[in-house]
Amino acid sequence: MASLTIRNLRKSFGAVEVLKGVDLEARTGEFIALVGPSGCGKSTLLAMIAGLETVTSGEIYIGDRLVNSVAPKDRDIAMVFQSYALYPTMTVKENMAFGMESRGVPKAEQEQTIARVAALLQIEPFLKRKPGQLSGGQRQRVAMGRALVRDPALFLFDEPLSNLDAKLRVDMRTEMKKLHQRVGKTTVYVTHDQVEAMTLASRIAVMHQGEVQQFADPDTIYNRPANIFVAGFMGSPSMNFINAEISTAGGAPAVTFPLADGGVASLPLHDGVAQRVTDKKVILGIRPEHLSRQDPGNAGKPGVATMSAPVEVVEPTGAETMAVMKFGELEVVGRFSPDEAPRMGENMPLAVDMTRACLFDPATTRLI
Amino acid sequence: MAEATLNSSGVVDHEASVASRRRLISRIVIYGLLSGFALIYLIPLCVVVFNSFRTLPEISAHGLIAFPQSFRLDAWPQAWSDFCIGGQCEGIQRYFWNSVAMVVPATIISTALGAINGYVLSKWKFPGSDIVFGMMLLGVFMPGQIALLPWAFILGKIGLANSVYGLILVHCIQGLSFTTLFCRNYFVGIPDDLVKAARIDGAGFWRIFYKIILPISPPILIVTVIWQFTGIWNEYLFGVVLNSGANQPITSALVALSLNGTTVRTYDVMSAAVLIGALPPLLVYFFGGKYFVRGLTQGAIK
Amino acid sequence: MSSAGYTAMAGGTGLWEKLKRWVPIFVITPSIIASFVYVFVFAGWTLYISLSDSTLLPTYGFKGLENYFSLWANRRWGVAYSNLFFFSTFYVLAAMAVGLVLALLLDQKIRAESFWRTMYMYPLAVSFIVTGTVWQWLYNPTGGIQFLVNSLGWTDFQFALTSDRKNAIWAIILTGIWQSAGFTMALFLAGLRSVDGDIIKAASIDGASTFRIYRKVILPSITPIFLAVAVVQLQAAIKTFDLAVALTNSGPGISTTFPATYVYDLMFQRGQIGEGAAAAMMILAALAVVLVPYSLYLAWRRRRESGRG
Repeated sequence: MASLTIRNLRKSFGAVEVLKGVDLEARTGEFIALVGPSGCGKSTLLAMIAGLETVTSGEIYIGDRLVNSVAPKDRDIAMVFQSYALYPTMTVKENMAFGMESRGVPKAEQEQTIARVAALLQIEPFLKRKPGQLSGGQRQRVAMGRALVRDPALFLFDEPLSNLDAKLRVDMRTEMKKLHQRVGKTTVYVTHDQVEAMTLASRIAVMHQGEVQQFADPDTIYNRPANIFVAGFMGSPSMNFINAEISTAGGAPAVTFPLADGGVASLPLHDGVAQRVTDKKVILGIRPEHLSRQDPGNAGKPGVATMSAPVEVVEPTGAETMAVMKFGELEVVGRFSPDEAPRMGENMPLAVDMTRACLFDPATTRLI
Repeated sequence: MAEATLNSSGVVDHEASVASRRRLISRIVIYGLLSGFALIYLIPLCVVVFNSFRTLPEISAHGLIAFPQSFRLDAWPQAWSDFCIGGQCEGIQRYFWNSVAMVVPATIISTALGAINGYVLSKWKFPGSDIVFGMMLLGVFMPGQIALLPWAFILGKIGLANSVYGLILVHCIQGLSFTTLFCRNYFVGIPDDLVKAARIDGAGFWRIFYKIILPISPPILIVTVIWQFTGIWNEYLFGVVLNSGANQPITSALVALSLNGTTVRTYDVMSAAVLIGALPPLLVYFFGGKYFVRGLTQGAIK
Repeated sequence: MSSAGYTAMAGGTGLWEKLKRWVPIFVITPSIIASFVYVFVFAGWTLYISLSDSTLLPTYGFKGLENYFSLWANRRWGVAYSNLFFFSTFYVLAAMAVGLVLALLLDQKIRAESFWRTMYMYPLAVSFIVTGTVWQWLYNPTGGIQFLVNSLGWTDFQFALTSDRKNAIWAIILTGIWQSAGFTMALFLAGLRSVDGDIIKAASIDGASTFRIYRKVILPSITPIFLAVAVVQLQAAIKTFDLAVALTNSGPGISTTFPATYVYDLMFQRGQIGEGAAAAMMILAALAVVLVPYSLYLAWRRRRESGRG
């Protein structure tokens, strides 16, 4: 059963169309991430699910109820805001009780619920404090607590971790995942951080310019991105895009592109892909981790192509080393383990994992 | 700033001593100027305070600007309850209470309305709400002279001519622009997310106002109340035009008193009367100075 | 992200919910009506009366621009507006100059800053009526400043502004400056304090003197404040009424008549309501001349800034 169904949803502010027909659904208990660059419409979409923005056209169902014109409080949802939106003049406990008071929940039940949620989130020590006296991480917990006391059909998160510093963000991400596994509620989670989306969500909707570019599980999104935008947005460093041509000169089809030294690289295509290519011009997409140093172990493998490229910049990060190389005019980033890392100025022999490479149609930007 | 630049040259002893001498001189000049201005600002206040305790013969012998050589409280009760203004010899008390009866309700009502308007115009926007706000802003700049005839006519029609209630109405509507402007600009700074969170929590328009907005608003409410209180207390034009005789507020009474040019000037009693008239806003200023200044600067720059 | 939507209109089914959606609009409607009446109906009404043949009471016989012609032909109105120009010039410029000096002095990390500030700003809390009355005493030659200086030994000293037709306007100017310099000071001080401290540090590391830092770095970055202060002061000058009444009551003779005092005179002392309304409209026009270009400039600047951001 679906907890949330969205059909052809549109939203305009005056002449500006910010959502251009969105379709989405979340199965009960599922964790959906809406991800995209700022301005893509993901927060507007969330606000419309919450009932904080009007619907221009289309339908939103929570459970099997059409909620287009249902007031936010009657939608059986809870929301955690990016700014946390804790009521500054109330204590943590009063913050958590406010919603229940508004709905007329009996006092005793309020106390019980707050005690249960506070224990779950380990925020009992701060119940009597005001939000201003809490650290960022503590505030974040309280904001989650305020949502959890509601026990709603649908949880909505609007970039809840983006105001935390980097380390805390990673910790809270893990906690969030544990919490979801424990509570098991349907969740819609807005973020601009693709790592958060990948780690937390069972399915990800990548949004751009008011449209869902792809809605799929993290593995598909990462390995079979629907178009160049999704491919470029998900993954860091981003996928490398190389303008190339298909050539069948050597018998088997291969992608070719010019090299810095005037030569031409020719990387044989993986069988499955070769059949789908119809046009001569393609854009080849290679993720940085699919480049590695050529050695006897990988050079002969099926689906692995070899070439070499001059190294311009080397950036060690400890666990791995990034290197910027020249493929013709183009700068291409590779990600290597430290022991196989290139040196500055080296003309590095590369092994390219063509089974993982993506080809895009330059006209439509879609995956071939 | 000054210190930072003047200190930065102290490498050699000689240079340091020159610098510190220069610094001393600049300090003397600064404090000298400050004191000079302070004197200019204090003298008028001292003149009124001193003269309210001096005897009339002493004032005419030694002038208005002099240290008191006698001390006497008689002028105060006289100013309060005996002094004659416009044929009525009841002192200034009646006008003082008129002003109190006018300023208290007008301040409370206009502030309350401004808070609600500001809340709607910042957190419950509707199509056209910005136009409404723009129109209210125009009211800030309207000169009182434009409104004199209409007010006289309307108050006459609804039976509030020459009454304190009429002035309350006038000041409520006059003040609406300012109170709305103050509150709206403050509320705009309150994150919208708070209101959204409260709406998801099931709170409605009024509950959000009482439970979320008002508890964060004391600073702006104090600013607004002080602004309205001092403004209405000190207002003269409407008081003198719309009301007459015993129904006028204290500013009109003070003018009547000082323009009473026929008789010998009783500076002692007039000083006391002026002080009584100036005391409420002065007290507000000395106790709520921070908020008073904030109101002034905010009211001006918008 | 964008939240430009109108919150008041979102969500809710059922009659009660629909009614609730209108609560905010319902609540603000009385204020909208009051403001509309106050701003537009009152101005329109006064405009209409200014075109009518009203004398002692409002009447509605249409007379065209006659009231305006007779107003501009009137010698007293001539005195009033030339006074206004003269007064505005000195009142605005001198109050700004004094206020700026005070603000710069207070900005020198002095001790007990709030004590000094309180001293310079207390006149703002009291009415023009009070300051006007008190300064009237001080200008009085037989007891005030002249008396004091004479009794100190300088027996020829003359300082009788308020009883001198030619110079009475100066009494109003000086008192006006005395009253409002604290206000301009507060605005300038707020401006000085809003300048980014790092810029000042950078300038002093560059070896600029305090004077140069003020002249080249700080003051240029608060030019919008100069303009704002000038506009606020100017519109206060145009509305000048209380001070002139309390200090000189338009006298001696008609020498310190101001547009606003003349409106009062025409309407309520002489029973020439039509011409009084015409004079009131002229005040409104003068305010518009100051405020309309200023608000257009503000709007333009805001657009430019948001365009850049």
